Amino acid sequence: MIRLTTPITEDQVRQLKVGDEVLLNGRVVLSRDIGHKFMKEQKPEWLKPILENMVIYHCGPVVKKNADGSWSFVAAGPTTSIREEPYQADVIETYKVRGVIGKGGMGKKTSEGLQKTGAVYLHATGGAGSLLAERVKRVVDVKMLEEFGSPEAFWIIEVEDFPLVVTMDSHGGSLHEIVAQQSQERAKALMA
Amino acid sequence: MSECVVPTLTSKEVVASKSVLPDGWKADLTNLKALDLTLAVMELLRRTTSRLPQDVIDAIVKGRDAEEEGSRAFNTLNDMVRNINLADGQVTPLCQDTGSVIFWVRHPFGLSQRAARAQIRAAVVEATKRSWLRPNCVESLSGKNSGTNMDPFHEHHPAFHFEEWDRPEVEISVMQKGGGCENVGAQYRLPDAALGAGRDIKGVRKCIIDAVVKAQGQGCSPGILGVAIGGDRVTGYEKSKELILRKLGTANADPKMDAFEKDLTADLNTLGIGPMGYGGVTTALGIHVEEMYRHPASFYVSISYMCWSSRRGTLTFLANGQPSYDL
Repeated sequence: MIRLTTPITEDQVRQLKVGDEVLLNGRVVLSRDIGHKFMKEQKPEWLKPILENMVIYHCGPVVKKNADGSWSFVAAGPTTSIREEPYQADVIETYKVRGVIGKGGMGKKTSEGLQKTGAVYLHATGGAGSLLAERVKRVVDVKMLEEFGSPEAFWIIEVEDFPLVVTMDSHGGSLHEIVAQQSQERAKALMA
Repeated sequence: MSECVVPTLTSKEVVASKSVLPDGWKADLTNLKALDLTLAVMELLRRTTSRLPQDVIDAIVKGRDAEEEGSRAFNTLNDMVRNINLADGQVTPLCQDTGSVIFWVRHPFGLSQRAARAQIRAAVVEATKRSWLRPNCVESLSGKNSGTNMDPFHEHHPAFHFEEWDRPEVEISVMQKGGGCENVGAQYRLPDAALGAGRDIKGVRKCIIDAVVKAQGQGCSPGILGVAIGGDRVTGYEKSKELILRKLGTANADPKMDAFEKDLTADLNTLGIGPMGYGGVTTALGIHVEEMYRHPASFYVSISYMCWSSRRGTLTFLANGQPSYDL
């Protein structure tokens, strides 16, 4: 088990390999569909200090506003990452992002982005919404809440021992590619 | 981390003690015009969002126990059981994607579908306010979120299927279907030359295998598949979704189809996709297939994929008006 705390350096990321189990600590920034299109097309400057050497989490949480105006996360598992495939590599490069958390894995373009900039794809257990919300210690801030709505906003949170597995590394390795190839071969045999 | 987590669902009594319904609340089914479903449906949603049906939990545990202890597949299924225990205990959503909310309402003559729809919609709005549901209804092009889970045109969300029946009870089933698993559903038109799939059960089998391989872990495997053979592009998909309501482990009424379901589930579990696509022997928890009639020129195979967090529940108003929940 590897403990990592954001911000993360390129050196730290380059040492990670497919299959490594990671407990992540520190700040994480949530973004998904609207956010990724926005980041690629508009490249807002104000996001740069928020994202540099940080980790993006593909997640649209269930949130609760507390009496004092602060926010809590009620459920916060990962959403399917492949929808961000057209944007992810650009986002990683533009904002020097060191990690992307999601589920289901991503494609070739993202893998090339991870290799070029020095970043990893970290897999969280899909559907484990309550379990993962427990590891969210604090909601620090939220950006674009009005514009994007709560599932799509840039939530900035602090996590403690957030359980992840490296499934795509910065050296071109991808567990998803291996499983896909093997299952396609097996499917051919089943259909023969 | 690799010890077997035991599912510890709270008892039905404890669940009932947290109910939003006043103690001893009953509906008056002799006066259907005055029936108000709002609170009882809120209670249904409170349960379905936080509590999985026992048959689904049993299938997940069985899958976990089939995996090699300490493997990534084993640990992932173990985490799923942990999540099930936690969500139930604290009454929080099992998954942040509380899904598209789909209702099936069966009722005797005399119930106003217009009134029932308005009451159920009010229950969904309130469940969203209480963070049991995430606001999951957005304008398609702008992406603007209504914030309430309501589609102002009353067309898409929440979705309703009404049916009048000749029994005195009112029965309301709900499914919370996540977007990730909805995205990996598929509809095939046979014959399919690329797959080498003809208009027969072998062809149907090829479509299902193909859909599961294409889905990989993206629909949050291990999945539950509803498969309709025939119908048209709309009725086929509708039926395929309804089939997910069937309890896992219950036999298909058609013995040949039952054998097909069981054999294919075993075959799918040799694909090596595993929980969340990490690899492993637990790829599908079950397949429910039904044959429909079709137009002679069309042969559709419609496949709905449900994630492992198969949130479904049924509220029945018994003939004496008492609400009864299956969760």
